[in-house]
Amino acid sequence: MKFSNLSYANQRKFIIVGFSALPLLLLIVFSYLPVINMFKYSFTDWNGYSKHMDYIGFKNYTRIFTEPEYFSVFKVSLYYFFATFVQMGLALYFATILSFSVRFKNLFKGVLFFPYMLNGVAIGFIFLFFFRPDGTLDTLLHALGLGQYVQLWLGNPNIINYSLAGASVWRYMGFNFIIFLGAISSIDRDVYEAADIDGANRWHQFRHIILPSIQKIVQLNIILAISGAISAFDIPYIMVDGSNGSETFVIQTINLAFKYSKLGLASALAVVLLFIVILVTLLQRTLIKEDR
Amino acid sequence: MHTLKYSTMSFLKYASLILGALAALLPIIVVFFASFKTKQEYAATSPLMPPTNWFNFSNYTKAFVDGKMLLGFGNTAFILVVSIVGATLLGSMIAFVLNRFKFRGSKLIMAAFLLATLIPSVTTQVATFQIVNALDLVNTRWAAIILYLGTDIIAVYIFLQFLDSISTALDESAMLDGASYFTIYWKIILPLLKPAIVTVIIVKGVNIYNDFYTPFLYMPKSGLQVISTALFKFKGPYGSQWEVICAGIMIAIIPTLIIFLILQKYIYNGFTNGSVK
Repeated sequence: MKFSNLSYANQRKFIIVGFSALPLLLLIVFSYLPVINMFKYSFTDWNGYSKHMDYIGFKNYTRIFTEPEYFSVFKVSLYYFFATFVQMGLALYFATILSFSVRFKNLFKGVLFFPYMLNGVAIGFIFLFFFRPDGTLDTLLHALGLGQYVQLWLGNPNIINYSLAGASVWRYMGFNFIIFLGAISSIDRDVYEAADIDGANRWHQFRHIILPSIQKIVQLNIILAISGAISAFDIPYIMVDGSNGSETFVIQTINLAFKYSKLGLASALAVVLLFIVILVTLLQRTLIKEDR
Repeated sequence: MHTLKYSTMSFLKYASLILGALAALLPIIVVFFASFKTKQEYAATSPLMPPTNWFNFSNYTKAFVDGKMLLGFGNTAFILVVSIVGATLLGSMIAFVLNRFKFRGSKLIMAAFLLATLIPSVTTQVATFQIVNALDLVNTRWAAIILYLGTDIIAVYIFLQFLDSISTALDESAMLDGASYFTIYWKIILPLLKPAIVTVIIVKGVNIYNDFYTPFLYMPKSGLQVISTALFKFKGPYGSQWEVICAGIMIAIIPTLIIFLILQKYIYNGFTNGSVK
């Protein structure tokens, strides 16, 4: 019997079940089950491979909050968090100027966006090369007569997080830039003309026309960037393996789980991280809703 | 007075753009320079100096052969194609059901997909690994494929959004002609979703090609290396041979550059459409 001979009511049932089964299964197994399991593991002392695990109550959590070594890595996230705002500022600035008539517009657009397209490991290595002693940055500073500012960019624990956060801005700025550019280009051109006639300068136009129109998108990007900052992993791991005080929350969690076989403790850390990310996102979303 | 102010503004505008462009390009250009230098030349010259011989491809050969980059490209291509085809089919199927039919539980399913976007997958790896391990998929290419299908819901999102703009009148007129729901999906909806599919290909393609931790964590076996992990391996043994590493970096970047130059317009649109939630 052919599918098309069934009544539409029966076809509907078939399609609903047939088309949702696999996507739903994948969603449950790979998005929700890990979260549930993670909660479960976080109350155990499991090492990740033995058949045996003991429930130890809130011990992992008290450890995280009482032993400063576990939570202190969280302050590394603050560097990425603040870098996010630099990133947004630059993206907004370049998106705004490139929305108006500029020579070589497409060239600038392409060049500013291109870093975002690159492979994560390639970016890590590019910046290892950039920051290494007598590398690109040092040579550049010497050439500009700023030799006295040369630092051990990745060797000095007081500086390394600025360097890494800088690399992160370089990597992700283009993404925000292209999104903002798209949002600005959807603003009706006539509005600027009217503003021009009223004698508004570029700053007024930015403040009173562009910013209000793309506010929602800017806020959304800030949320994304913040949860990205909190879960920073790629750049510090690829470049320096989290050494020299650059260990982030996620690096610590992954190391505890897979290197030191403390899966229970790592799960508790991951639960805390997940809570923080969800909290930040929900907080931002409610703030945005109130604004509207 | 006004023109003076105007030209200063204009000067500052171009100066900032050139500075921005230099900041974006310089880190890559110096790597490009170094990739053509010989060992002695690399040691003796400043990173900002172009190489003397632009046709010295020995670093590239070394990186490509010793780094087994071909293997990396092969694995990446396989994972990329299967994941994208899978995400397109599964994503459009579930989006079709959720957009076209209202049934008991449809709101719940919709909410489940939207809520999942809140979970950054890097935070749940600790437990995801155990599941992939229990399924016996660790150290197979299917580990990466199934994770790209199961945890990155962006495709569902994009299709849902796009389906809103495809009128149900089309479905209805096809039904008058006796078309089955499956025919409607396959012959009408899927072809109309083409722009959304392009967006999915671009957004997922870039994510998968550039992803590091999934292959690193789930496919450590050296025969399964992808571009990211192949490049990462240069870190230990080539630690002091930066000219070879630089060639490796360029090998990973060149495909991206070519795709970017050819598909620029689609890529901008892809990311702009893919992000509006």
